[in-house]
Amino acid sequence: MTLPDLSSLTIATAREGLRAKDFTAQELTEGFLALQEGAGALNAVVHATPEIARAQAEAADARLAEGAAPDLCGIPLGIKDLFCTKGVPSQAASRILEGFKPEYESTVTSQLFADGAVMLGKLNMDEFAMGSSNETSTYGPVVNPWRKNRDLTAGGSSGGSAAAVAAGLCLGATGTDTGGSIRQPASFTGITGIKPTYGRISRWGIIAFASSLDQAGPMTRDVRDAAIMLRAMCGADPKDSTSADLPVPDFEAALTGDIRGKVIGIPREYRMDGMPEEIEALWAEGRRMLQEAGAEVRDISLPHTKYALPAYYVIAPAEASSNLARYDGVRFGRRAALGQGEDITAMYEKTRAEGFGAEVQRRVMVGTYVLSAGFYDAYYNKARKVRTLIKRDFEQVFADGVDAILTPTAPSAAFGLGDMADADPVQMYLNDVFTVTVNLAGLPGISVPAGLDRQGLPLGLQLIGKPWEEAELLDTAYSLERAAGFVARPDKWW
Amino acid sequence: MLDLSYEAPAPKVIQGATGDWELVIGLEVHAQVASKAKVFSGASTQFGAEPNSNVSFVDAGMPGMLPVINEGCVAQTVRTGLGLKAAINLHSAFDRKNYFYPDQPAGYQISQLYHPLVGEGEVLVELGNGTARRVRIERIHLEQDAGKSIHDMDPTMSFVDLNRAGVALMEIVSRPDIRSPEEAAAYILKLRQIMRYLGTCDGDMQNGNLRADVNVSVCRPGDYEKYAESGDFSHLGTRCEIKNMNSTRFIQAAIEVEARRQIAILEDGGQIVQETRGFDPDKGETRSQRSKEEAHDYRYFPDPDLLPLEIEQAWVDDIASALPELPDAKKARLMEAFGLSDYDAGVLTAEVENAAYFEQVVSGGTKRDGKTAANWVINELFGRLKRDGDKAITESPVSPDQLGGIVELIGKGDISGKIAKDLFEIVYTEGGDPAQIVEERGMRQVTDTGAIETAVDEVIAANPAQVEKAKQNPKLAGWFVGQVMKATGGKANPAAVNQIVSAKLGL
Repeated sequence: MTLPDLSSLTIATAREGLRAKDFTAQELTEGFLALQEGAGALNAVVHATPEIARAQAEAADARLAEGAAPDLCGIPLGIKDLFCTKGVPSQAASRILEGFKPEYESTVTSQLFADGAVMLGKLNMDEFAMGSSNETSTYGPVVNPWRKNRDLTAGGSSGGSAAAVAAGLCLGATGTDTGGSIRQPASFTGITGIKPTYGRISRWGIIAFASSLDQAGPMTRDVRDAAIMLRAMCGADPKDSTSADLPVPDFEAALTGDIRGKVIGIPREYRMDGMPEEIEALWAEGRRMLQEAGAEVRDISLPHTKYALPAYYVIAPAEASSNLARYDGVRFGRRAALGQGEDITAMYEKTRAEGFGAEVQRRVMVGTYVLSAGFYDAYYNKARKVRTLIKRDFEQVFADGVDAILTPTAPSAAFGLGDMADADPVQMYLNDVFTVTVNLAGLPGISVPAGLDRQGLPLGLQLIGKPWEEAELLDTAYSLERAAGFVARPDKWW
Repeated sequence: MLDLSYEAPAPKVIQGATGDWELVIGLEVHAQVASKAKVFSGASTQFGAEPNSNVSFVDAGMPGMLPVINEGCVAQTVRTGLGLKAAINLHSAFDRKNYFYPDQPAGYQISQLYHPLVGEGEVLVELGNGTARRVRIERIHLEQDAGKSIHDMDPTMSFVDLNRAGVALMEIVSRPDIRSPEEAAAYILKLRQIMRYLGTCDGDMQNGNLRADVNVSVCRPGDYEKYAESGDFSHLGTRCEIKNMNSTRFIQAAIEVEARRQIAILEDGGQIVQETRGFDPDKGETRSQRSKEEAHDYRYFPDPDLLPLEIEQAWVDDIASALPELPDAKKARLMEAFGLSDYDAGVLTAEVENAAYFEQVVSGGTKRDGKTAANWVINELFGRLKRDGDKAITESPVSPDQLGGIVELIGKGDISGKIAKDLFEIVYTEGGDPAQIVEERGMRQVTDTGAIETAVDEVIAANPAQVEKAKQNPKLAGWFVGQVMKATGGKANPAAVNQIVSAKLGL
């Protein structure tokens, strides 16, 4: 048995290869572990877990030999560091969780492992998922496998997941998306990433950033893989009160590529001042491709869009300021060294000052401010009202017969690491401008690679679907993927 | 049900140097929900377990953990609300109250600020002498308790026990309707009584499962009435909150000293600062803990991990239809059905176990007279238990059926009251069926008039001088009765003896 070129494998083709006994899960795992080991320059993997991977692969082979194994049986995956994995460091890329190894397994990873998936390692990310460039990680930034003369960001916060999938270090990876953290890095690295409807995937065991916005999702090489992996991640969980008790469809079976008669909306408010021409052109190209595939494309209005980003940057930090209060050095993680006679307040202040990076501290402070007495109504409550209006915008459009909405995923291609170092933080927040609306409204959104910019860097288009209609959304994305025919891969330099 | 009509009691008046002052008191009572599991984690609530043994990952605030509401705790809170004649809110929601403390692992307490589960209700607080205060309940919300910090085990370290973290509490907030320290104590005891009837709170104040924050202010006579009429709090004085009290005795003492402290300041021309105070029972004073300026900003906001709590009216109706009889109703019924006095009915219904015991005493057999039974429970049984190391009624060696048997023997005239006391002692110490003991030990009362007449004749014959005296002074007949009872070993029916003695003496 010989392994095929791993960089051309997908979950779907590996699944067939395993069933045809072209290779074993153990061979596949060894191949990917070797690739991962050789990819240190990308800084995508922060804790390799070869022993777990080998044990899981061995078990997967036994299951495959018995026949009737689940789709993901023997498929090597990477896991974002935000997911708690039993006995394995799970630090949310933060110094404050130094040494933390949970005694429990997140629902998502439990489900993936129950299906026979193989964990190769934990993947880099922005600290506590706060960032759009992976530069806030305590492990240092991920380097995008797409490199044009200099190191580029892989996006954030799921930058490690995006880079690992794009570089072929694993067949798929888990991501999480609070304001675009799956979709923007997917766009920056030429892969597919879907954030399902809020409540589709259990949040239990995922380190919380902003609870009402956080949602996990798969990051894969193509739409079919996203459909396969999403199915394994979804499902009602009695341990998460916000998870929906709905049946999980066979998303892969829904991929027909036939979108004739579907109505695609193009929201005029997403055309922003100063938007790069290339993004504009890609968006127009996407419109044309969907039209050619038989969809009816119409211009629509989502009038409250311009308030989305400010509302998001009130709600998300507010929830984060509370969610991150538990990192106090008392029970787990890192505690600052204290001087003689220093009290509990000193312990909190030093622990949190040393343990949290600048961006996390900024958001905790913003969140604390907007929730404080006298400001609550002006900020937090106002932002909640805006959120309701944004949700209504989408409901109206869907009620008018639109099946999906097409937008760019991000306002630019991957930018250089360090480019934003001296910029106003708001410049970085603008990366989320097309994606946060989806989180605020709780809708499913997917980024599909659709072209390259002048420098040859990948660009993604985002499709936004109706709540709980991931199957239909994936099908539309599948059609777009086929029309775009994006096959470019980064040249291996690492 | 009897119409329990009471007069409102007069408010407590404290005479100051510049005139009279009245007290205005409102309470926030934290009642631990009787539940085997915590409110959001499912961990055990067992009291007295090894430190940190009843702690789940959720209780410890571990990363990625999520709360899930315990439906049983919601039902208990609804039950309590219904017991306090309160409105049940079918839509409520949980909020986070944010503050840092090591015994608050998540850095926030899950509570209900904006939309509590239970709305307005009321409690009738009896105060004796036909007076009672109607205390309005503003709201009851469901929240989680914090853990326990222990600072006195080590000079350089503090310890934290999270067993209590996440245990369900009901916070019962009253309106400022309480007007004296005695009323405050009686109000808490009434809440405790109702919740114990409902089975929603064990009410063990020593173990901290009933605690209160007490808000105290003072005003001039007439001001409270203005407030009551208008709802305008500006007619009332500035209040101070005395935190975390778990003894009705200390609560009364704290209210008294706090009111006097405030009056002294006001009469000195000063102003009351709204603040949180603590009561020091050793020094008999309240001390400032933190003022309004340095109060925590709790940054309440809706907990995004929990969906709003939606309950259905039908579910509430089911709970309502299964509610047990509550103290007021039970007391009224006991008074009506058994002709008990207000006092006796009050004593018997004070604790749910007492009432249950009494009702079992009178429920079986025949001729179990309610008044007699009440008398026996309150005087004989309670007295005996008290002498026996202050035993609880649930530990009584005499079962309700046994006591019922004794009451029945009295009712049938089989034994006299005096014999009954001996019988009770036998049953208490040795056990056994009272009727059988009476038979076996020949304790049956003599009602055979022939035998009694013989005994009377013998006493009369042996005491001619006394007979003469008795004829002058009929009150001395009692002496003959006593002699006859003595002669018959107490077994003669006293009524029959009385009658025969009088007849034979020609009185």
